[in-house]
Amino acid sequence: MNNNENILEMKNLKTHFFTDRGTVKAVDGVNLSVKRGKTLGIIGESGCGKSVTAHSILRLIPSPPGQIVDGGIQYQQKDNNIIDLAKLDARGDTIRKIRGNEISMIFQEPMTSFGPQYTIGYQIMEAILIHNPEMAETKAKNKTINLLDQVGIPKAEERIDSYPHEFSGGMLQRAMIAMALSCSPRLLIADEPTTALDVTVEAQILELLEELQDETGMSIIIITHNLAVVSEVADQIAVMYLGREVEFADSDQIIDNPLHPYTKGLWNSIPSLDGELEELKPVKGTVPDPINIPAGCPFADRCPEMMAGVCDQGNPPEKIEVEEGHFVRCFLYSE
Amino acid sequence: MQQDTLVEIDNLKQYFAIEKGIFNRKVGEIKAVNGVNLKIKRRETLGLVGESGCGKSTLGRAVLRLQEPTAGDVYFNQENEKVSVLELNKKEMRKVRANMQMIFQDPFSSLNERMTVMDNIIEPLVVNKIGDKASRKKRAGDLLEEVGLRREYLSRYPHSFSGGQRQRVGIARALSIKPQFIVADEPVSALDVSVQAQILNLLKKLQKELDLTFLFISHDLGVIRYVSDRIAVMYMGNIVEIGEREELLRNPHHPYTEALLSAVPRAGQSRNRIVLEGSTPDPINLPSGCIFRTRCPYAEEKCAEQKPEWENIKGEHFAACHFKDSLELKGIKNRKRA
Repeated sequence: MNNNENILEMKNLKTHFFTDRGTVKAVDGVNLSVKRGKTLGIIGESGCGKSVTAHSILRLIPSPPGQIVDGGIQYQQKDNNIIDLAKLDARGDTIRKIRGNEISMIFQEPMTSFGPQYTIGYQIMEAILIHNPEMAETKAKNKTINLLDQVGIPKAEERIDSYPHEFSGGMLQRAMIAMALSCSPRLLIADEPTTALDVTVEAQILELLEELQDETGMSIIIITHNLAVVSEVADQIAVMYLGREVEFADSDQIIDNPLHPYTKGLWNSIPSLDGELEELKPVKGTVPDPINIPAGCPFADRCPEMMAGVCDQGNPPEKIEVEEGHFVRCFLYSE
Repeated sequence: MQQDTLVEIDNLKQYFAIEKGIFNRKVGEIKAVNGVNLKIKRRETLGLVGESGCGKSTLGRAVLRLQEPTAGDVYFNQENEKVSVLELNKKEMRKVRANMQMIFQDPFSSLNERMTVMDNIIEPLVVNKIGDKASRKKRAGDLLEEVGLRREYLSRYPHSFSGGQRQRVGIARALSIKPQFIVADEPVSALDVSVQAQILNLLKKLQKELDLTFLFISHDLGVIRYVSDRIAVMYMGNIVEIGEREELLRNPHHPYTEALLSAVPRAGQSRNRIVLEGSTPDPINLPSGCIFRTRCPYAEEKCAEQKPEWENIKGEHFAACHFKDSLELKGIKNRKRA
């Protein structure tokens, strides 16, 4: 790792899926880093590879058909050892010790993330006991109650015996977060944590994540298609399109001054609530078939600023630093 | 009925009985829609916003009589004649329904997978026995172009289309019978943002060209603001506030509207948000008095005792809150970034 501030660095990460129809390059050369105690937001539309990126970190890609074919994921462990997650055996002991213990994950659908036949308390305790086999059960139970309390579930000592169907969506997402926090992870990956929730509940969950980050100092990767969510909680934002990050910067920079035409199009697609009502100017067309990605810049055929003879020829340049800390992959900014 | 009113909803109630045991004994009821009054004007878009379970979809379905409402009435202005939709027999209903169509949320389950795009689009024409084979085919092709797809797609099946394309087919089908009134129930919620924006622009264009009237249901306040002329805010089966778009958003007079607006995530928002405690109350045992009082940060004793009446704020802006005059509620901001 070049930078001691970072807890995680992905370098030229490539995760491909080998299907009957052909190779899907779901993640195709991602370079991203997560700072200690900070939040990285990854935003993009369906099929851009944001979830595959997250699953690659924890080595949760089903294989076959998926495989990390190139690149590295440098992760700095508790004892400051640097380990390349991409090189680990996905079923080995090392990654298992990291999963849940150092890096944990919350998923989009809290309703399907818990098993319906066990109580919430049992499922959280199970996670604690797997990572701390010596801990007494009563102690694990107390810890579970404290966790549920911490994430704002009222009457935690009673709710610990509830089954998932007795919880609302927002409460389940809280329980999910409690489980993810049970082993005090240093990095939390939240994959669309509020997409299935109502706005007022979404607000509660986002607030909770920020509070917990202040208390524990953990780093967060938040993956979402919702720009508003990302702009509120993320310190840095990466925009992904067809398996690559096309732009990466501090939140304020990228929101106020988007550079990549795709980012601009995305920003102009979202009806805003504040300010004057403006006409939406969405990106035209749709995301191409991931198996037949056009040559040149993958965004070229939808790009309003496409330069014929340039963008449809070679690959877009690697990261160009347009202003300090603001990176973009686009011919418009190459010298 | 006023000339410019197309649909009038009068004290509409939709209750669902909860039954138990082998004799289906009724043990309670869910008041999904609990006495809603609305007037939808010709050529306007009335946005209906609320959280899941507030009854907004049930209301939309009841207006089209896709289910039989428990009480109340829905009137439709058919050639300047006030027709009670709920009193019509099957044959008459079919005639009125040709003027009322629906666009659904999920583009993956609202089309028939076994029928070609053309058969999907002309189904309403076939059911209502309008036109012959050739004219229907021409109409289907015209509609496809109208919604931004190519005529050649007529013979394809829905499975080969993306979500956005399917939603366009769904819109073409709703338009095939030339309706005046369309209930759009979360038509863009399942779509990616750039596709969502394309569909919203399409709906606005079609409205202008075809003089359509929309009841547009969504949970997304940004979307609602973009398409609506007036906005109605729904909570637990009741409309709590209604008004002209900018007036309502900038000047909310119901605490629920304020909370909903402040909950929408945006940059720099978290520091001054009103976070509602808990979740919505049990729909079987609604709270006494004002339904919002259990979560309202401003609730007082009076709110538990008395149900607030509808009161006029100004112009077409109404709210149902005891303290609508004394509270100073925050609306949307004048500038985009905080």
